[in-house]
Amino acid sequence: MDFISILSIFVMACFVGYYVVWSVTPALHTPLMAVTNAISSVIIVGALIASAAAGIGGGGATSKWLGLLAVVLASVNIFGGFAVTARMLAMYKKKVPAGAKH
Amino acid sequence: MARWTPAQGRGDGKGLKHVEHITVNPWASLAYLVAGVCFILALRGLSSPATSQRGNRMGIIGMTIAVVTTLIVHIPGDSPIVDHFGPLSGHQFVQPLGLPDFIVDWGTIGLIMAAIGIGATIGIVTARRIAMTDMPQLVAAFHSLVGLAAVLVAGAAYLNPTAFGIAIDGVIFAQSRIEMGLGVAIGAITFSGSVIAFLKLNGNMGGAPILLPGRHVINLGVLAAILGLVAYFTIDQSAWVFWTITVLSFVIGFLLIVPIGGADMPVVVSMLNSYSGWAAAAMGFTLHNTAMIITGALVGSSGAILSYIMCKAMNRSFISVIAGGFGGETATAGGPAKEQRPWKRGSAEDAAFLLEQAEQVIIVPGYGMAVSQAQHALREMGDKLKAHGVRVKYAIHPVAGRMPGHMNVLLAEANVPYDDVFELEDINSEFAQTDVAFVIGANDVTNPAAKTDKTSPIYGMPVLDVGKAKTVLFIKRSMGGVGYAGVDNDVFYMDNTMMLLGDAKKMVEEIVKSLD
Repeated sequence: MDFISILSIFVMACFVGYYVVWSVTPALHTPLMAVTNAISSVIIVGALIASAAAGIGGGGATSKWLGLLAVVLASVNIFGGFAVTARMLAMYKKKVPAGAKH
Repeated sequence: MARWTPAQGRGDGKGLKHVEHITVNPWASLAYLVAGVCFILALRGLSSPATSQRGNRMGIIGMTIAVVTTLIVHIPGDSPIVDHFGPLSGHQFVQPLGLPDFIVDWGTIGLIMAAIGIGATIGIVTARRIAMTDMPQLVAAFHSLVGLAAVLVAGAAYLNPTAFGIAIDGVIFAQSRIEMGLGVAIGAITFSGSVIAFLKLNGNMGGAPILLPGRHVINLGVLAAILGLVAYFTIDQSAWVFWTITVLSFVIGFLLIVPIGGADMPVVVSMLNSYSGWAAAAMGFTLHNTAMIITGALVGSSGAILSYIMCKAMNRSFISVIAGGFGGETATAGGPAKEQRPWKRGSAEDAAFLLEQAEQVIIVPGYGMAVSQAQHALREMGDKLKAHGVRVKYAIHPVAGRMPGHMNVLLAEANVPYDDVFELEDINSEFAQTDVAFVIGANDVTNPAAKTDKTSPIYGMPVLDVGKAKTVLFIKRSMGGVGYAGVDNDVFYMDNTMMLLGDAKKMVEEIVKSLD
């Protein structure tokens, strides 16, 4: 992919993000931050590439270990972020209509 | 995107020189695109609590697709045929499975799985154990991890650029150097800034702003140096340039957040959220990865919008928040207002009596409620009042608490139904028809000085008109303290205000007892 195609995707995604995020209800702004945190850890893709590469030479070996450490950090974020978001979202409950049983 | 065949090579015959951009497996690109779309749907789901859990699941699906695709395309292994471009390969360095003599490197696969396992355990245990009141700290900590991961990935890409397909014979493409330089800089700023934000939110570091003399000059100088070095990096890819950018960015992240006071934390947390997105996007540019670019853009704009909402809710410009120092001038701002004015003190029984008689009660929670963990007692009080036939509503100011939506989560945790909870603009007109406004641990967000006093530091900030209610019950620890802005609140001294002094949780529990 050339730079302009990538830039196009980026700019379009910024606009999508703008409209999607404005539609998020303010009551869910904390879960929004938690879930954006989790998905920004998609950076794990880069970490996996570095970890999987054959660690030949001095730079290669260091690169591999940096990648593995990044995999750990990003995994904390991914699992922690989605888990804590799920935990929060499960707490949001609608009003039980009067007369309805709990 | 087209499959590479030897006929396309126009290089040195070793099949290296033709690669001007990364050759990407089209199936992998498609999978990354799907992952990106899943992330968009994940945020879309948050438009209402009813669809939000489905949204979170979409996020998990997207992440799984991205990770599995990467693992398949970049399966660790070795083959005697070097620099082969196969139809299955994601990048030119990968030895596709289909090749003869391809040896899967199980050791590396084991290491990767172990790394994911360690991270997953830490993440899930933390997510289960964390108290909802500590959510701002947790989010700040998570931001710092994204930042550090971005730095590590950029570092790994710098040390082994061939593995990322961004170099020929060890010479990194100029464009990739800019992307990498910006990625490492934003990542490092996110990391050190979030660490400071975490320490402040967690109480390991005072919330008061720390102001260095000449900090604006220092900050601008460091920022200029970083940008200059990123530009210089395109002509010289020496290690010192890369690592100096990294170190200076760690320093600037620290310098930027240290002078920002506790009251501005909602903006800071949102801003760092945004930075973590831009860091991911910059690395996405380096790796030409659609999932990372889409996600980075989404998260970047999300954080930016939240920062904007928070700034507007405080009537502060983004620049003045960044410039820092808010909440530091308590002594000067509070000076003339320290006069002794008469105020009324009430007991829990008085409050219970007034609440019982009311037709409608609006509860205004603030950070103080979170600090004393009063949300459960508060919900119990609300239930009792409802049983007495009182209409109970909750009014949330956007900057109540330490992060966007903080109060809503705490109320949800205490089982307050979300349709009882209203935003500032939806409920502010109702105070005039309300019998009791019940303010618990909120101060600045109710201060009428924001409307009347042009000299007030909070002038222009939208506030909840609690004073318009027939009676105001104001729970406060003591009469001595003032809010983060350091401004006295006229509501304390109004004829229709009754001050309930004491710990918020204890006071509410006493009211609940008196309601029986």
